[in-house]
Amino acid sequence: MKVVVCVKQIPDPADPGEIDPSTKTLKRDVKLILDESDSYGVEMALQLVDGDGEVVLVSMAPNNEVLAMGADSAILVSDEALAGSDALGTAKVLAAAIKRAEPDLVLAATESSDGYTGTVPEQVAELLGMPSVTFAKEVAVADGTVAVKRQTEAGYDDVTCPLPCLVSVTAGVVEPRYPSFKGIMAAKSKPVDEVGIADLGIDAGAVGWAGGGQEIVAIEPAPAREAGEIVEDEGDAYERIVSFLEELKVI
Amino acid sequence: MATVSSPYADPDREAFVDTVRQFTERELAPNVHQWDLDGEIPIHLYKEAAAIGIFGDGFEAAYGGHGQRDALLRMGMLQALAMAGSGGLIASLLSNYIGLSPIQRFGTAELKARVIAPCLAGDAISALAITEPGGGSDVARITTVAKREGDDFVVNGSKTFITSGMRANFITTAVRTGGEGPAGISMLVVDGDSAGLGRTKLDKMGWLASDTATLYFDDVRVPATNLVGEEGAGFSMIVNNFNAERIDMAAQSIAFSRLCFDEALAYARDRQTFGKPLAHHQVIRHKLVEMDRTIRANQAWCELLSWRLNQGDDPVAEIAELKVAATLGFEFCAREAAQILGGASYLRGDTVERLYREVRVQAIGGGSEEIMRDLASRQLGI
Repeated sequence: MKVVVCVKQIPDPADPGEIDPSTKTLKRDVKLILDESDSYGVEMALQLVDGDGEVVLVSMAPNNEVLAMGADSAILVSDEALAGSDALGTAKVLAAAIKRAEPDLVLAATESSDGYTGTVPEQVAELLGMPSVTFAKEVAVADGTVAVKRQTEAGYDDVTCPLPCLVSVTAGVVEPRYPSFKGIMAAKSKPVDEVGIADLGIDAGAVGWAGGGQEIVAIEPAPAREAGEIVEDEGDAYERIVSFLEELKVI
Repeated sequence: MATVSSPYADPDREAFVDTVRQFTERELAPNVHQWDLDGEIPIHLYKEAAAIGIFGDGFEAAYGGHGQRDALLRMGMLQALAMAGSGGLIASLLSNYIGLSPIQRFGTAELKARVIAPCLAGDAISALAITEPGGGSDVARITTVAKREGDDFVVNGSKTFITSGMRANFITTAVRTGGEGPAGISMLVVDGDSAGLGRTKLDKMGWLASDTATLYFDDVRVPATNLVGEEGAGFSMIVNNFNAERIDMAAQSIAFSRLCFDEALAYARDRQTFGKPLAHHQVIRHKLVEMDRTIRANQAWCELLSWRLNQGDDPVAEIAELKVAATLGFEFCAREAAQILGGASYLRGDTVERLYREVRVQAIGGGSEEIMRDLASRQLGI
């Protein structure tokens, strides 16, 4: 079985750096790390393949850390024209790169930890003409079919889907392994297929700032947290807390 | 803004140290207080640390090691582990390094496969037993004897302050096989399940998470195939081992000093006194700068000596001096951090409280400050 995992480098959330006022996006001139939410898909892929098959990474930024976890190879799309790509532009590029690998299964995180659009995996599936299953908390593959427990607000749905397909996995689906010393050293000699958008048959006008179908109009700092409501217990505090939580529809 | 890195920086080394840092933050730091209360670290940690490659520096790849010795990588790894704030954790988890190094250097292929491989895989634990109840620093006078009887040695005597002593499966033991003095000392690997081997746990001031023990050898039969290297070659193995152990302890002490600084700075910025944060008082700011200054100097020295070890140099005197500087620096930083934290540093479970208790063993174990100065003076011809 061949599994492709989409992975992304993001600024370290502990030190994300500044926002560029001209582009209204993060400058990304700080240390970049593997998006932790992607590490679950990588671990899932390694466990599903379990030495009998291949795990290929697809990314728009170099990422040795994931190769060090044990993936076999990577396709790296690198092109100046990609700067400023929105979700759909990103999906077009990833879909074209994934097509080169001809996978049985594509795994992705439900959303990235920097952009948080949460739409790229489904757009990729649509562009590839594949079925997609989102929010997987358990994934099993057998006889050309993937069985997924799909996280819902109330619990989970059992979903089955023929391969090839795309599955987006939630954090906690598996416990990601740490890259080992041996993995780090071995990653240096693993094949990385570096391609530009022309190699993928994509027109520069369809991606990046030029191809953006959406525009960031304004960015505002998050509002300061307002003071909460203090419940003094006069014997009925639990009732008031329960009704407050019911109002919020969290219970 | 891009940060200016060190002249010793290397991307592979940094990637490995990053892994160890993540492992420390997620798996170690949240649990060290509980392990202090338990008096030992959980056995599954050995398997987890092995999977990452934490035991492998300096060991052959054939037995699960890195296939290289990189003193800078070892320094970075130890300092990352140290940020969990427990000396006992590191001493216990990494007793493989002191117990297995003589076997790696002088042992037969059969002994390496039987002892090193399972320890590096996290399936067994190795300890080093040199110090005796009758004396520590004067290793040339050890009294535990091993008499040859047929294909075995028969060991009698006792060892104390043995890190991982309660649980070690293989105990690399300094024994007297010959006459008096250094030429009569040999290294013998004693199996943990040998008949006649007794173990008593020691209750300590610090390193609470380490299962430190006194060991008793009462007619313990050890196959002669467990002899490490030549008979009578034990003394030089001990001396060689100490050198690596000392720079390792210096690296940890510097990292513990940094952790004391970090804890003190965070507290000083948060704690309000006389209407302003502690850190706004000049007396506190000066304490913090003195700590930082001490730590930076020792760190720069430790990096330089690690780099020199990687070049094949053997700076014995300077490593001895560094260990003194690092543990005095740690003692100073632990004290100053405790003064800044005040009462908070006196509560069990607080990181500074634990580190304050770890100071003493760092300043004594692996060669006390006094012995280090003596060694340096002789090496330097002073």
